[in-house]
Amino acid sequence: MSDTVLFAFEAAINGLTVGIMYSLVALGFVLIFKASGIFNFAQGVMALFAALTLVGLQEGAIPFAHLINATFGTSIHHFGFNIPTLIAIPLTIAVMVGFAWLVERIVLKHLVNQEPIILFMATIGLAYFLEGLGDIMWGAEVKRLDVGLPQGGNIWFEENTQWLGFGNENFYGFYIDTLNLYALVIAAILVTALVIFSQYTKQGRALRAVADDHQAALSVGISLRFIWVLTWSIAGIVALVAGIMWGSKSGVQFSLSLIALKALPVLILGGFTSIPGAIVGGLLIGVGEKLFDFFMQPIIGGATENWFAYMLALAFLLFRPQGLFGEKIIERV
Amino acid sequence: MTVEQREQVPMLDTQTEGYVTADGRQIGGVVMELKNITLRFGGVVAIKDISFDIRHGEIRAIIGPNGAGKSSMLNVISGFYNPQEGELIYKGYKRPQMRPYKVSRMGIARTFQNIALFEGMSVLDNIMTGRMHHMKAGFLSQAFWWGAAAREEAENREAVEKIIDFLEIQAIRKTPVSRLPYGLKKRVELARALAAEPQILLLDEPMAGMNVEEKEDMSRFILDVNDEFGTTTVLIEHDMGVVMDLSDRVVVMDYGKKIGDGTPEEVMNNQDVIDAYLGVSHD
Repeated sequence: MSDTVLFAFEAAINGLTVGIMYSLVALGFVLIFKASGIFNFAQGVMALFAALTLVGLQEGAIPFAHLINATFGTSIHHFGFNIPTLIAIPLTIAVMVGFAWLVERIVLKHLVNQEPIILFMATIGLAYFLEGLGDIMWGAEVKRLDVGLPQGGNIWFEENTQWLGFGNENFYGFYIDTLNLYALVIAAILVTALVIFSQYTKQGRALRAVADDHQAALSVGISLRFIWVLTWSIAGIVALVAGIMWGSKSGVQFSLSLIALKALPVLILGGFTSIPGAIVGGLLIGVGEKLFDFFMQPIIGGATENWFAYMLALAFLLFRPQGLFGEKIIERV
Repeated sequence: MTVEQREQVPMLDTQTEGYVTADGRQIGGVVMELKNITLRFGGVVAIKDISFDIRHGEIRAIIGPNGAGKSSMLNVISGFYNPQEGELIYKGYKRPQMRPYKVSRMGIARTFQNIALFEGMSVLDNIMTGRMHHMKAGFLSQAFWWGAAAREEAENREAVEKIIDFLEIQAIRKTPVSRLPYGLKKRVELARALAAEPQILLLDEPMAGMNVEEKEDMSRFILDVNDEFGTTTVLIEHDMGVVMDLSDRVVVMDYGKKIGDGTPEEVMNNQDVIDAYLGVSHD
């Protein structure tokens, strides 16, 4: 096969693996949007905050160390012990559940029955608050996150795809980062677990019920507040997974919260209310932007990845505003 | 719920004796008593000092012209509104101000005037939500589908299937609710309320917007439910004819006040009620 075709394939494969990262962030958005109709602008920052907390716990860093040092003139940074990953992850989950509970107590509880735009504004506030909190708590420097996921090119994949060259001597098999393969598997497990949870358990059914009709949910004895804490907790856990994957890949840094913006076109493509939509949308955008870059770079230059996703989303808004899997809104007159 | 199970429910009111209906059913003691309920929305008085009781096993209707405060009354009973004055005695205890989902968990199920079903879910799933508080397995057990949760799901599923049979909606079990015609949606909503095995079943205009045939079906189901499960039913209805055929006792409301209370015959001969329905001027 010709070089171009093989390169395009490789670009597509890498697009898939980048796309799954977008999907992970988008998934968190969809969960909260489905259950409460809130577009949670803070989802990306939640991923950042979860990753920061995880690194902080792993390293045994003292939270608010800079603040304490500045106030009391001390010079403390670490507790002097490391928490193993397997314990740090459940602890981080506990922090995210605690965060969900606080959000319900402090923000959502007071905004019941308000317009979606007001709730949206509240989540913008939440995003900035959380970003600041993460900064004060754990410091702003880029941190290395290592949860034991293998990194680097996958030799096995490379060797086993070599035959695809069909005699092309320049081809040594497709390059793929092992971490991305793991991301793929983890995303698949996560989505399966979420689907099983929402389809076959009492709480899952309650979650769908609340998503559908608040009044009716109350009338069958579902506590809206419990469901909201539950949804935000799950979104927090999904954020942690996204944070771990992105953090392992490119370090835990504050630009992580900007990646959340890439989830927007993903949602427009997949539909705001569809879990499979978030996954497919992420993959489409990932592959799309890599392929577009690959073919168009010689003509219009590089850095198309920055805007391709948004352009695609714009096209979708024109022709299929409900997204690929979203619910079509039919207005009866 | 079988009749035996239903009898295990403690009836706290033993002083007041029941009565026997015209068709020979024994009605029990007072399940709920509303005392001097007043409900205001700002300056508007929706319910003005109303008292009445609901007895075990009876079909109690609340009727009245448009805007009489019937739905507000139902919302007070189901906890969606909290009255400013008066008390609500439920099973012998004064019920404190309470969120609607807690009221529901105490055994009060309801339907809505403008159907409130979970449109995106199947009929079966909708009815299953009615059994929410009969499922006690812990959260983690639920999440990981351990023994207790799986067994519970099966048991509740069985109870739901019985109700589906009873209301003759087997054919649409798996259909998404959004695809059903109006009459069937009403029936599914009734099924969801029944699935909760309520102490009191509240029906907000169960026959609104139905054609004659659908109305007849619905009436039959309400009577059958009462016969079969002995469910205490409170219903609001516009259609005088239907109410008179169905109910054991009727409360008549007009402009937020109670103007009549008694058996259908009694209220039909009540001059205030006749005036309210024929439209005598109110000055």
